[in-house]
Amino acid sequence: MSLQATTSQTVGPFFKLGLHWLNQENLAGEGVAGERVTIQGRVLDGDGVPVPDAILEIWQANAQGKYAHPADTQNKPLAPSFLGYGRVPVTPHGVFRFTTIKPGPVPGPDGTNQAPHLLVSVFMRGLLRRLITRIYFSDEPANASDYVLNLVEAARRPTLIARWRGDQPGVLEWNVVLQGPDETVFFDLGL
Amino acid sequence: MKPVAGYREPYPGTQPNHLHPAYASSIKRAPTKPQVRIPYTLSEVTGPTFGPEIVQPKASDLTRQHHGEPLGERIIVSGRVLDENSRPLANMLVEIWQANAAGRYCHEVDQHDAPLDPNFSGFGHAITDAEGRYRFVTIRPGEYPWRNHYNAWRPAHIHFSLFGPAFATRLVTQMYFPGDPLIPFDPIFNCTADEKARNRLISVFDWETTMPMHALGYRFDIILRGREATPMED
Repeated sequence: MSLQATTSQTVGPFFKLGLHWLNQENLAGEGVAGERVTIQGRVLDGDGVPVPDAILEIWQANAQGKYAHPADTQNKPLAPSFLGYGRVPVTPHGVFRFTTIKPGPVPGPDGTNQAPHLLVSVFMRGLLRRLITRIYFSDEPANASDYVLNLVEAARRPTLIARWRGDQPGVLEWNVVLQGPDETVFFDLGL
Repeated sequence: MKPVAGYREPYPGTQPNHLHPAYASSIKRAPTKPQVRIPYTLSEVTGPTFGPEIVQPKASDLTRQHHGEPLGERIIVSGRVLDENSRPLANMLVEIWQANAAGRYCHEVDQHDAPLDPNFSGFGHAITDAEGRYRFVTIRPGEYPWRNHYNAWRPAHIHFSLFGPAFATRLVTQMYFPGDPLIPFDPIFNCTADEKARNRLISVFDWETTMPMHALGYRFDIILRGREATPMED
């Protein structure tokens, strides 16, 4: 028998109540191997105003490019105690910040590896369903041949790329811009 | 590398668009540029997995999280989590949050002039069993006003959050109660064009789970996207 997926509804303004218990600013505890990076930025609405009630969820592979999930059958080591998941709310000023390890390359759809990337779900009041996007790394040569990045028109690709901040070692900046000329590229997975 | 099987497309109208002007908050937050269609890769067909050990039993009984009992009508909300292929989804995290019986959230942003209940926090979580079943004991949430339009009121509802087996199956939704007169006027409920799809957000009164002399039962089954058949190899 075939069923239809339940319809999505907004998280509303009070999601912190139910979702806060899984918040974590550091996805990779001590002992998790890999290059440690901190990603920070803001969520901005169509007026450029910071969104005070958004929450991001991160999904990523470990430093070897292995996902902690049974569907990843690659012969690569798992990182003990690294789930690859993070739930990161914004502050009342619309700012988010989290620390993790840079993921390794994972297989892409055309037989080549994808460039290192984080998957991001964005939830907030006003969004009837989540937005899906990705974070890539600005100093990564593999970006040039990444299958997904190359599906995006060149002028909009920078919205998917976190850039090293010169003033803070180990910190990259990446923003979620909901509307306007610098609108972040969001992906369609059929939902 | 074999092509990766994706997840089924929603039937047209069964999922909301991002922009729904009657829901005023969507106007400055819904993206305006077309979303970029991408193929499924290993990144989207994997996702966080949680074991039963992260959930404490008291987390699914919202009436037992404080010393005293919360005010309001005790209810039992239960159901099954299935995929579109009718397969029960075991070991799936289900998170809920809601207003108290007076229609007030235990949240600093909620300024509605209704009392907080010191014995009710209004959130919980559970893990589905081998048949995909979950069960919460809580109190029936109150309706409450909001500022979307003149004399706007949200119908009573409970927020649900589920991950499912992959990044692609993540779902956040809201459960409503049968017979609530506010439902037809709610722009959030109405954002889904397909009438049958939105009506499935209304729980069903359930004698099977109603406990004599204790609490009414409401059933709310949740369907997550089903996997497409694995692509054939050449």
